[in-house]
Amino acid sequence: MDKFTTHTGIGVPLKRSNVDTDQIIPAVYLKRVTRSGFEDGLFAAWRNDPEFVLNQPRYDGGSVLVTGPDFGTGSSREHAVWALQNYGFKVVISSRFGDIFRGNSGKAGLLAAQVDEKVVQALWTYLEDNPGGRITVDLEQRTIATDDGSVEDSFDIDDYTRWRLLEGLDDIGITLSHDDDIATYEATRPSWKPATL
Amino acid sequence: MGKTLSEKVWDEHVVRSTTGEPDLLFIDLHLVHEVTSPQAFDGLRLAGRQVRRPDLTLATEDHNVPTVDWDKPIADPVSRTQVETLRKNTEEFGVRLHPLGDIEQGIVHVVGPQLGLTQPGMTIVCGDSHTSTHGAFGAIAFGIGTSEVEHVLATQTLPQSPLKTMAVTVNGSLPEGVSAKDLILTIIAKTGTGGGQGYIVEYRGQAIRELSMEARMTVCNMSIEWGAKAGMIAPDQTTFDYIQGRPNAPQGADWDAAVAHWKTLVTDDDAVFDREIEVDASEITPFVTWGTNPGQGVQLGASVPSPSDFADESARAAAEKALTYMGLEAGTPMRDIKVDTVFLGSCTNGRIEDLRAAAEVIRGHHVAADTRLLVVPGSARVRLQAEDEGLDVVFKDAGAEWRGAGCSMCLGMNPDILGPGERSASTSNRNFEGRQGKGARTHLVSPQVAAATAVRGTLSSPADLVPAAV
Ligand code: SF4
Repeated sequence: MDKFTTHTGIGVPLKRSNVDTDQIIPAVYLKRVTRSGFEDGLFAAWRNDPEFVLNQPRYDGGSVLVTGPDFGTGSSREHAVWALQNYGFKVVISSRFGDIFRGNSGKAGLLAAQVDEKVVQALWTYLEDNPGGRITVDLEQRTIATDDGSVEDSFDIDDYTRWRLLEGLDDIGITLSHDDDIATYEATRPSWKPATL
Repeated sequence: MGKTLSEKVWDEHVVRSTTGEPDLLFIDLHLVHEVTSPQAFDGLRLAGRQVRRPDLTLATEDHNVPTVDWDKPIADPVSRTQVETLRKNTEEFGVRLHPLGDIEQGIVHVVGPQLGLTQPGMTIVCGDSHTSTHGAFGAIAFGIGTSEVEHVLATQTLPQSPLKTMAVTVNGSLPEGVSAKDLILTIIAKTGTGGGQGYIVEYRGQAIRELSMEARMTVCNMSIEWGAKAGMIAPDQTTFDYIQGRPNAPQGADWDAAVAHWKTLVTDDDAVFDREIEVDASEITPFVTWGTNPGQGVQLGASVPSPSDFADESARAAAEKALTYMGLEAGTPMRDIKVDTVFLGSCTNGRIEDLRAAAEVIRGHHVAADTRLLVVPGSARVRLQAEDEGLDVVFKDAGAEWRGAGCSMCLGMNPDILGPGERSASTSNRNFEGRQGKGARTHLVSPQVAAATAVRGTLSSPADLVPAAV
């Protein structure tokens, strides 16, 4: 997992609330056997609408999603996080996240930044007035700021997730940092324990 | 204070323990199948990681393999891709695979014990919730999600927070003709589907000691259906006898060392469980489900309950919804419910003993008109063993379909599915809406009840059959 310190990218206003994981990526897209390529299923139900925000050229290359409350509720599918990442999102900003979604995000390296509802509103206004406008998300300082400085505020993230993202540590990376302990344990396992090879 | 069985096994696997963090547990055996592993292997590939211990990993194809024409290419493209991906991944990462057509192929939870790979005191995981099956040997065994599969592949460990312990003591003996399936369905109906949440459960008591290994696996298999993380049974002579001589069992001096250790794996007399439940085995009778979760069950001799029988508001609403889905009228005797298909198989009841029990009931009888009996052995070995014993002939003579090994109609992922509104009596473990096909209606039953039901066409026990003229 790459280290996350600060990110600056085009903001995309998704003016909806209660976007559950079925809306982020419907079940029919889950049949894939890879961890990549889920971007085509992202918000699939809305993608046919030419007015949908992801279909507007002015938000092309967006990497910071700004969305309404209760984003990522519902089924625990990790694919919802993968789909956002595969599409190119590095940060999702909302005033409230589904718990499992937030946990899955931290594990996969997607920053779920929780802000006050009024900050979301201010960002939406900024992005509509300045299409293609960029947002800087600083994980070290826990701050977000628009390019023109019209919105500057802080966001919430728990210390543990912040530390993991800053260090670029996924669960496996953390465990592998204890490789010595694993090797020591392995050396003491009884020889009669079964092996498959 | 002494320790419970699960605490002993847990403590033996702690690689690292720090306050405020989950324990890092070493995993002795990681079972892999085609559905939950592709993204895990892809994750390794993306991160440039290897499988740490291919020698503690075993893969088989089970969930979406066809049970007829298994020598031909798989027709469904999604299933075919998953199976082919497993083959490529296991080859690339050096993992042993028993593919379709291989003599050791079968449902992952049938294959592990059958090879002797499942042994007392182990930690066993698999990307499948019915991994709890292996707890029948006194192992800590539980299902994991795909990112945990990747974690175990890469590190052979898993961070786990300690669980609460529960004892389910089954006193007395099961009456003649009552099986392990009836016992576990009764326990689930008693506790509700969430009753075991957060617990590792140890099944103990006389009736448990009297069960065969296969019956113990049936009990532990369904631990997850009442919410438990894992189910365990302390190993004893029955366990040792089952393992001895199997391909992956310890041999010679290793065997003696292993058994000496296994004998220590019992709950100490002064150990304390967080919760204890007692069940009287002598009161148990054939048990079947009427609803859409495994806790919605009654004795076969009873009638479909009415929502008003439930004091709890949410149970009442659930019952109402279940009855509508199941197309059942409250008050209908369970024995009057007509089924279209009987499914004998799955990791709950697809072992040789289950097939023998069902064959015994059906011998000399014929499957009812308009009823279909599907017999799906849990593994290729079980199929061959059954054929050696002539059980296939008994089933075929009775008009049943004799199939190849796999999960089959346990879940609607392969071609063996029910049509909308069709009703089954199934020896599997889940009667959820749509589990056996869209709109399909499932009654969970034991192998004996399945066989008798196939003969009469309505839910029945062997005692309902007029003796066959053999
Ligand atoms: S038989 Fe059913 S429960 Fe068992 S592993 Fe297969 S799908 Fe899962």
